[in-house]
Amino acid sequence: MSDQNRLGVFKTYKLYVGGKFPRSESGRVYEVTDSKGAWLANAPQSSRKDARDAVVAARKAFGGWSGATAYNRGQVLYRVAEMLEGRKEQFVREVAASEGLSKSKAAAVVDGAIDRWVWYAGWTDKIGQIAGGANPVAGPYLNLSTPEPTGVVAVLAPQKSSFLGLVSVIAPVIATGNTAVVIASADAPLPALSLGEVLATSDVPGGVVNILSGVTAELAAPLAAHQDVNAIDLTGADAELAKELEIASADNLKRVLRPQPVDTDAASASEDWSASPGTHRLTAFLETKTVWHPTGALGAAGSSY
Amino acid sequence: MASAFEYAPAPESRSVVDIAPSYGLFIDGEFTEAADGKVFKTVSPSSEEVLSEVAQAGAADVDRAVKAARKAFEKWSALPGSERAKYLFRIARIIQERSRELAVLETLDNGKPIKETRDADLPLVAAHFFYYAGWADKLDHAGYGPNPRPLGVAGQVIPWNFPLLMLAWKIAPALATGNTVVLKPAETTPLSALFFADICRQAGLPKGVVNILTGYGDAGEALVTHPDVNKVAFTGSTAVGKAIARSVAGTDKKVTLELGGKGANIVFDDAPIDQAVEGIVTGIFFNQGQVCCAGSRLLVQESVQDEVLDALKRRLSTLRLGDPLDKNTDIGAINSAEQLARITSLVETGEAEGAERWSAPCELPSSGYWFAPTLFTNVTQAHTVARDEIFGPVLSVLSFRTPDEAVAKANNSQYGLSAGIWTEKGSRILAVANKLRAGVVWANTFNKFDPTSPFGGYKESGFGREGGRHGLEAYLDV
Repeated sequence: MSDQNRLGVFKTYKLYVGGKFPRSESGRVYEVTDSKGAWLANAPQSSRKDARDAVVAARKAFGGWSGATAYNRGQVLYRVAEMLEGRKEQFVREVAASEGLSKSKAAAVVDGAIDRWVWYAGWTDKIGQIAGGANPVAGPYLNLSTPEPTGVVAVLAPQKSSFLGLVSVIAPVIATGNTAVVIASADAPLPALSLGEVLATSDVPGGVVNILSGVTAELAAPLAAHQDVNAIDLTGADAELAKELEIASADNLKRVLRPQPVDTDAASASEDWSASPGTHRLTAFLETKTVWHPTGALGAAGSSY
Repeated sequence: MASAFEYAPAPESRSVVDIAPSYGLFIDGEFTEAADGKVFKTVSPSSEEVLSEVAQAGAADVDRAVKAARKAFEKWSALPGSERAKYLFRIARIIQERSRELAVLETLDNGKPIKETRDADLPLVAAHFFYYAGWADKLDHAGYGPNPRPLGVAGQVIPWNFPLLMLAWKIAPALATGNTVVLKPAETTPLSALFFADICRQAGLPKGVVNILTGYGDAGEALVTHPDVNKVAFTGSTAVGKAIARSVAGTDKKVTLELGGKGANIVFDDAPIDQAVEGIVTGIFFNQGQVCCAGSRLLVQESVQDEVLDALKRRLSTLRLGDPLDKNTDIGAINSAEQLARITSLVETGEAEGAERWSAPCELPSSGYWFAPTLFTNVTQAHTVARDEIFGPVLSVLSFRTPDEAVAKANNSQYGLSAGIWTEKGSRILAVANKLRAGVVWANTFNKFDPTSPFGGYKESGFGREGGRHGLEAYLDV
């Protein structure tokens, strides 16, 4: 039988929560189409309960992931790049369909996403040297500031750039040891759901990244109000929703990363994300811890140390 | 000491490594003979077995290699940092994949225990490449202003005590910053650098970016004095380091020197003695004491001196010396006959000057180069064994009464590479560390290394730092 005659096997797209691939507990799905309106898949339409379950999974994973050495996290992130490289074709297809790009443009987007993992893999053991250091206090003390991950971060992935944008918001969050609950692009969730399959086979511990598809506002509201979420990245929210969520986030003083101009530029979203990212997405989800320790006096008596 | 349990040999298999009968110089991506056809043999120091015959580089070969590196520099330095990064990540991963093979090779050529090459050298080598790979596209963030530029061709000369690790310390930051390199490994340990050349091939590294010249000191001298070399990096003896410092005078070559040491390991009376003893052993008997940052002077507070020495001798008596490929071995072979002669002569001087020698009761194999773990007591600061770097498994023990005295004695050295502090009191650690004139100070630990942590010396231990963000500066035009 020739390829033309063979009937293809469709993939059932599922959520990625706690290292597993559940359907939405609500049993709901919604139709995902390509840029021309043709049917691509039925994606799970996650519920508030799914969002809360994802927070539990992310919190459970936080201790281990934030406690791993920076070197280890770097290797794991690099492993994601290695795994993606081998599945490039699949993502090119999904990105092309989701974003209405030609095959070559989609391929450039996927290459960019792979390289973005490599970029952040290299940051895990360097951000501490950029964002921390010894402080020359005027007294006999060692005074050392160290950045630490803030905890569980809710991430509203960009709506337009379904893959490069997605990777660009997930990787910096987990590079420093945070864990993430990610709401995929509502209209183009398929690359995000497939990324879950890559993460599951990349030595990323289950629960470090949790990926939900569905209606952004419906999922973002409970996350913004959740008392066990420490920070929220509002990239995928429009101005009105972003304001609402920032107000809800104030309840437990979540760290809020507001939508950046680049994220909402609909004209050429994928090109915007291709610029070198800098460090602001890393530092947005870090706490600075400063430790004081006496150094003892060095007087002639010499007895005080 | 009688033991209830005897160790059975647990040798690591040699079959994971395939050493060719001969190797050429690695220039411009090809293995090639020396211009004058000279070769030399490299032997296994634990058995004196000839492992291979390698080309001996001369001045003409140095010139050829520098030309290749110069030619490669233009394209390599113009690559986006993210592309250079990916080459280095590839190298790091291939080293991880081949780490068992490389560990066995290094143990064969160097004589150090497989336990050390497997658990220390190789993991650190891979980590070093991984770390600097990440810097290649982040140089704008390194604190040297926007778009810092590489220097050009780096001439690098490395020692025999950590052959592949020293190669990693030199090559990884040089390549990450966009330089190309000509590296000369030590004449007694050329093999792992030649295997590294093969890793460069597997990684698809462009030709000429890395060139490896095996040879003797004359090749090293020709390399560092070559007029088209922009950067000189040397790890080795202080005497050669001084000669290099003179030779680059009047040029605009950037230089980093990582030289000798006579590290003080200071044990206070409140230290956890068992931990301190382990640290003392690690400090001076790791790699047979052939470590520039070894804690070769033990400064122990008088009130606990007897307790520490008793425990130390007891511990040293349990160290297993012998076949470096045996996974139980703690102490391997001395790297060369020449180094063994130097250690032997300095120990004889120690005895002649009146210090009291004690050596661990262990049987030395009949072939190869061996020296039993040894310590000297009744040592004064004037003794040769308290001043000169022995670079062998020999510890000189001195005592002190007050912290000030400990600091004064620790600093009484031409060197300033490393020091150790053992005490339960945090404020004392920091106060003493502040006073020590040494580039690395370990507290309640010793001989710890990490690619993120800068390493290098004060005073005649050299200048410049390798490792960490600081290590980038040596290879940037800043």
